[in-house]
Amino acid sequence: MAMVMASFRIVLHTNTYNRFFHPPTLSTWRRCLLFSRAFSTNYNYSVVVKKDERLGKRTENENSNVVNSTTIAAIVTSLGGPPAAVGIVRLSGPHAVSIAGRVFRPAVRNTWQPTSHVVEYGVVLDSDGNVIDEVLAVPMLAPRSYTREDVVELQCHGNEVCLRRVLRTCLEAGATLAQPGEFTLRAFLNGRLDLSQAENVARLISAKSMAAADAALEGIQGGFSSLVRSLRNQCIDMLTEIEARLDFEDEMPPLDLNGIMDKIQHMSQDVENALETANYDKLLQSGLQLAIVGRPNVGKSSLLNAWSKSERAIVTEIAGTTRDVIEASISINGIPITLLDTAGIRDTDDIVEKIGVERSEAVARGADLIIMTVSAVEGWTSEDTKLLERIQSAKESTGSSTPVILVVNKIDCKPSAETEWDKGCHSHKIFSKQVFTCAVTSQGIQDLERAVLEIVGMDGIAAGGRRWTVNQRQCEQLVRTKEALVRLQSSIKEELPMDFWTIDLRDAALSLGQINGEDISEEVLSNIFSKFCIGK
Amino acid sequence: MATVSFTLHLCRFGRNLCNTLFPTTSSITLLNPRRRSICFSGSTFSRRFSTVETSSSSRDLGYEFGIVDEKYDVIVVGGGHAGCEAALASARLGAKTLLLTLNIDRIAWQPCNPAVGAPAKSQLVHEVDALGGEIGKIADRCYLQKRVLNASKGPAVRALRAQTDKREYAMLMRNVVESTPNLSIREAMVTDIILGKNDNVEGVSTFFGMKFYAPSVILTTGTFMSGKIWVGRTSMPAGRAGESASHGLTENLQQLGFETDRLKTGTPARVDIRTVDFSGLEPQHGDEEVSWFSFDPDVHIEREQMCCYLTRTTSTTHQIIRDNLHETPTYGGWVEAKGPRYCPSIEDKIVRFQDKESHQVFLEPEGRDVPELYVQGFSTGLPERLQLPLLRTLPGLENCSMLRPAYAVEYDYLPAHQCSRSLMTKKIQGLFFSGQINGTTGYEEAAAQGIVSGVNAARHADGKSLIVLERESSYIGTLIDDLVTKDLREPYRMLTSRSEHRLLLRSDNADSRLTPLGREIGLIDDRRWKLYQEKQARISEEKKRLKSVKISGGDLAADVTRMSGQPVKNSSTLESLLKKPHIQYGLLDKHGFGDKNLSRMERECVEIDIKYEGFIVRQQSQLQQMVTQQHKPLPEDLDYYAMINLSLEAREKLSKVRPQTIGQASRVGGVSPADITALLIELEAKRRKAQGQRMYKMMNAIQANTQDEEPKVCLTETTRPG
Repeated sequence: MAMVMASFRIVLHTNTYNRFFHPPTLSTWRRCLLFSRAFSTNYNYSVVVKKDERLGKRTENENSNVVNSTTIAAIVTSLGGPPAAVGIVRLSGPHAVSIAGRVFRPAVRNTWQPTSHVVEYGVVLDSDGNVIDEVLAVPMLAPRSYTREDVVELQCHGNEVCLRRVLRTCLEAGATLAQPGEFTLRAFLNGRLDLSQAENVARLISAKSMAAADAALEGIQGGFSSLVRSLRNQCIDMLTEIEARLDFEDEMPPLDLNGIMDKIQHMSQDVENALETANYDKLLQSGLQLAIVGRPNVGKSSLLNAWSKSERAIVTEIAGTTRDVIEASISINGIPITLLDTAGIRDTDDIVEKIGVERSEAVARGADLIIMTVSAVEGWTSEDTKLLERIQSAKESTGSSTPVILVVNKIDCKPSAETEWDKGCHSHKIFSKQVFTCAVTSQGIQDLERAVLEIVGMDGIAAGGRRWTVNQRQCEQLVRTKEALVRLQSSIKEELPMDFWTIDLRDAALSLGQINGEDISEEVLSNIFSKFCIGK
Repeated sequence: MATVSFTLHLCRFGRNLCNTLFPTTSSITLLNPRRRSICFSGSTFSRRFSTVETSSSSRDLGYEFGIVDEKYDVIVVGGGHAGCEAALASARLGAKTLLLTLNIDRIAWQPCNPAVGAPAKSQLVHEVDALGGEIGKIADRCYLQKRVLNASKGPAVRALRAQTDKREYAMLMRNVVESTPNLSIREAMVTDIILGKNDNVEGVSTFFGMKFYAPSVILTTGTFMSGKIWVGRTSMPAGRAGESASHGLTENLQQLGFETDRLKTGTPARVDIRTVDFSGLEPQHGDEEVSWFSFDPDVHIEREQMCCYLTRTTSTTHQIIRDNLHETPTYGGWVEAKGPRYCPSIEDKIVRFQDKESHQVFLEPEGRDVPELYVQGFSTGLPERLQLPLLRTLPGLENCSMLRPAYAVEYDYLPAHQCSRSLMTKKIQGLFFSGQINGTTGYEEAAAQGIVSGVNAARHADGKSLIVLERESSYIGTLIDDLVTKDLREPYRMLTSRSEHRLLLRSDNADSRLTPLGREIGLIDDRRWKLYQEKQARISEEKKRLKSVKISGGDLAADVTRMSGQPVKNSSTLESLLKKPHIQYGLLDKHGFGDKNLSRMERECVEIDIKYEGFIVRQQSQLQQMVTQQHKPLPEDLDYYAMINLSLEAREKLSKVRPQTIGQASRVGGVSPADITALLIELEAKRRKAQGQRMYKMMNAIQANTQDEEPKVCLTETTRPG
C-alpha cells in the first residue's frame, strides 16, 4: 500500500492557480535562471536564459533589483525663461556615478570618490580635457534619491550653452537622454510617489511620447531630420546588401566591398559635419524662431525693423518688396530670438516672388511661433482668411500646434480699429494673442514682447521649445551613430569578417530610428525580398 | 475568487517502477497481474483518469484483451520531422508515447528539397542536437554532399548544408523511432480531440473509431490538414502527391474555438538523372574536409560525396512562362493563398524581376540509388503538359524525362499566437502544436519545435513545469518567440537576419549553450555528457595555455608579421598573436605551437573565443542589460482593454497575443514604447493596490484579534480607510 501511495503526486491545477495572481515584487524581477524559484510561485513555466558556458562564469551586473539598466541624463531646471543663476544636469541609473566620474574632476583630488549626499566642488571636462564649466556635484546614492537609483546632480551655471555642453558630455560618456517625465516614471516604478500620482504620470508619459511619436512620424522634426532619415536609410540599404549575402550566399553576386567602405566613409563624414557645424551651442544661439507672415504690404518688414531697432529689411510702398527671408536677432528677457521676415503670401506669377512665397510658408511651418500681420487700414480681408487657411492646413498636415499671434499693424492710420476689431467678428480662435501695433512709431512692440513671453510661459516652450528637445534627441542619435560608425570602421580596418559589420550597422540604424519601436529585421528582410531575386 | 484545487495524478514514479519491473512495456498484450493491480489502484485514485475509465463502455471486457494499453502519457499526431523529434524526446524522458501517423512508410519523409541545413537552419540543427535531438545525427549519417557556407563571413553566420539521401534519411529515422523504448507507432487518421472537464486534453479519436488517451497531445499535421494539391488548374485533396489528406480535424479544432487559416507552398519537378547531360554544366562539389551537424563523434563517419550541378534559365524558358502566365494559379487567379517570399515560383521570379535575363537552377541528386534529380529553384504552378517543355529549355535537360511533376499544396494551419512559448495551446491544457501547423516551413524549423513540444508534453504529463527557451538563448527560442508573437502571413523560414543576437548564437557554441540544459531535462545521457565535459575542459585548458605561452622573435613571429601586416612585440602571448587579422590556429600548428590533441571543432572554438572576444563580451553585456527589463513577467490575466493609457491598437493586439514577458509585449506589432511604459505603470499600480489590500486585511485581522481579546478597546477609527 505504501508503494501505491508513493506513486501519486499532488499536482497543482495550474489553470486555476494562474488566475490567482500575485504581482511580482521587485525581488522577483531578477534574472531568471533555469527552474528559478522566483517564477515557480506564479507561473508554470521556466524560462531558460542559459549563457554560453564557454564564456565563463562572469557575474557582472548582478545588482538584480535594478529595474532599469540604462542611465539617463537631462537638464532638469527650466530653460527658455529668464536666465537662472544655477542650472542642474541630473543623472540617474546604475552607472550614474561612473559616468559622472568620467566628466567631473574635483578641485582638490584627482579622482572623485563620492560620498552620498556630500557636495563637492570641481569642473566638468569634455572628452578632450577642456574645462566646460565649474560645477557642484551632488551624489545621492540608491535608495536615498528621488528615483531610488544612484543619482548625481551637476549644478552648473544657469547659462544654457554651458548646460547643454555639460549634458552632451554626459551623453558622450554613456548616458542616455531622458524621455519627458522619465525621472518621475522611474521614481514611481521603484516604489516612490503614491498611487494617485501614478495615474498622472501615466497620462503624462503616454501623452508626451505620443506627441513625440506623432511628430517623428509626421516628419516635422526640423533640424537634422532629413539627414537622420537619409543616414538611417543608408544603414538599412547596406544591411540589406550584406544580409542578403549571408542568408542566400550562392544566389547572389559578391559584394562590392569598396563601394560599401566608401559609403561608410561618406556617412561618417556627414555625421561628423552635422555634429560640427550644427552642434548644440549653435542650435542654442538660434533660439526661438518667430516667423512674421501676412499679405504683401501690411508692414511686416517695418515690424522687423522696429522690433530689432535696425534697418535690416528694405521697406517700400511697393507690395512684394521682400522676396527672401530676412533674419534679425533680438533678445526678449534674455531669450535669444530670431525674427524671420518673409515675403508677403499671395498668388503671384512673378517667378522670384513665387519662390519667396514658398519660402515664407516653409518658414512658417518651421517656426516656434508665428506672427500673422494684418493692416488696420484694410481690416480683415478675404485674402487674410485664405492665408490663415493656408497656414492652418500646413499646421494640420504636420500635426503641430505652433501658436499664432495676430498683429494689427498701421494702427496709427486707423486708431478706431482697436475698438472696432473685436466687434467685426475678426477674432479667430486660432490666435493665441492679439496685439495692435504701429511699426513706424514702435507703438505696441512692448505689448508684442509681453504676448510672446506669455505664450512661451504658458505653452510649454519654457521647457526648451519642442523643436529644441527634438533636436536634442537628434543630436544624441548622431552621437550614437558616430560611435557605431567609428567601431564599424575599426572592424573593417582590422579585417573582421562581414558579419561583424552588421552589428554596428544595426546599432547605427537603431540609434537613428524614430521614436517608436521598429523592427529592423523585418525591414531588412522585406528589402531583401523586394530588391533581389532570391529563393531556390 | 479563484480557489486552489488539487487533483491526484498518476505519476511517473509509479510508471517507472512498472517499467523497471517489467521492461517490455511497449506493445504488451499479455497482462501481468501485478502490473494490472498497480494501474487499477491508480485509476481509482486518479480523478483525471476516472472519467476515462467510465467512458470506455467495454472496459471490463477490454481488460481481458489489453485495451488498457491505449492509455499513454503523450500522443504525437504526425510522423514528420516535428513528430519524430517530439516522439523521441518524449519517449526518452520516460513518458509512454504513441506516434500516430497516416502512413508508417512515410515517417520522416523529405517531400521537398532533399537537404538539411543552410544559414540559420543549420544553427537550429546544431541546437536540436545539443539538446539531444536526432535530426543532426541522421543528416550526418546519410549525407550525399556537404558544404560549409559563408565560411569567411564570420563565425556566427558560418553554416553547414547537407544534401541527403531521401530514402536513407527516412529509413534511418524510422529505425531510430521504432527501436526507442517507451515509443509505439500506429497508423491512424485522427479526427477529434477528446476534451476533459477543465479545458484539458484527454486524448484523440480516429476515423475508424479508436480512442487513444493521454494527458498530453502534440499535433504535427504538416501539410495534411485539409490539404489540397494543385497542378495547373487541377486539384485534388491530398497532403502530398499520392498521399491522402486528413479531414475532420480542422473542423474539430474550430469547434474548440481555434482560429485556422490557409497557407500554400510548392515543390518543383523531379527529372530522371539518366536523361540529363551534365557535360556542359558547372559542377558543385562538396567540401574536402567534411563538417558535422552533430556534436556526437559516433556519427562522424565520412562517406563518398555526390556532385550537384548548376544550370540557368534561357530566353525560351522565359518566353514559355510569359506566354502561359494565365495558366498559373497565382496569375490566373484561382489560388489566393500566398506563397513564401523566399521560395518564389519560377513565374514569380520572371514577372517580378523582368530585367534579369537568366535565373540559376540547381540540380541535386535525391539519393545514391534512385534516379531522381531535384530541380532546385524551378517550382511552378503551370499545368503538367507545359512542365516538360519548360524543363527541356534548360541547358543539359534538353532530352530529359520527368518523373514527378511540380505541384503546389494548400493546407490549414493555426496562427501560432494561440500557443504560448512552451508550444502548449493557451485554450486547451495539454494540447501542443508543432511544425507546419504553426505556420513554419522547413525540416529544421519543424524539428526545433518538435523537440520543445516533445519535452514539454512529457513534462506536462508528469506534472512538471514547462520549459521556455528565451529568444536570446537560441535560434529555437527566436523561432518560437517570433511565431507566437508576430503576425505572420507567409510560411516562416528561419534566417540569420531574424536573430538580433546571432553573434552569441553560433553553431560552434550550440553545445555550450544548450547541452547543460539537455542534461538537466534528461535528454543527454552519461556518455554524451562526459564527452561534452571533456571537450569543454580541453577548450578552456587550451585557452589558458595560449594566454600563458609567450614567444619572442622566431619563425612564427615573422610569419605573423608578414600575414597580418602588424608587428609582433617581444614576449607576445600566443593569444595576442591569434587576435591579429588573418592569423588562424593552423599557423600555430605549423610552427609547433598548437595542441595536436584538439579536434578541428575544438580548435575552431578556441580560435573564435580568442579572436572575437571583444565583440562577444560587448554583445553579452548589452544582452545582459536588456534582459533585466525584458524578462519581467506579465500576469496572464491582465485586462488590457481596461488600460486606458494604452493605445487602442496595443489593447487589441496584447489581448490577442497575451505575451508572457515585457520583452515579448514590446515585440508585438503595433505596440509602441509608450505603450510599454504605460503597461509598466499599470503593473506597478496593480502591485501597490494589492499590497494596500493585503495591509488592510492584515490590519483588520489584527483588529479582530484585539477585539476578541480586549473587547473594550475600539480600533475602528484608526483602521477605517480614508
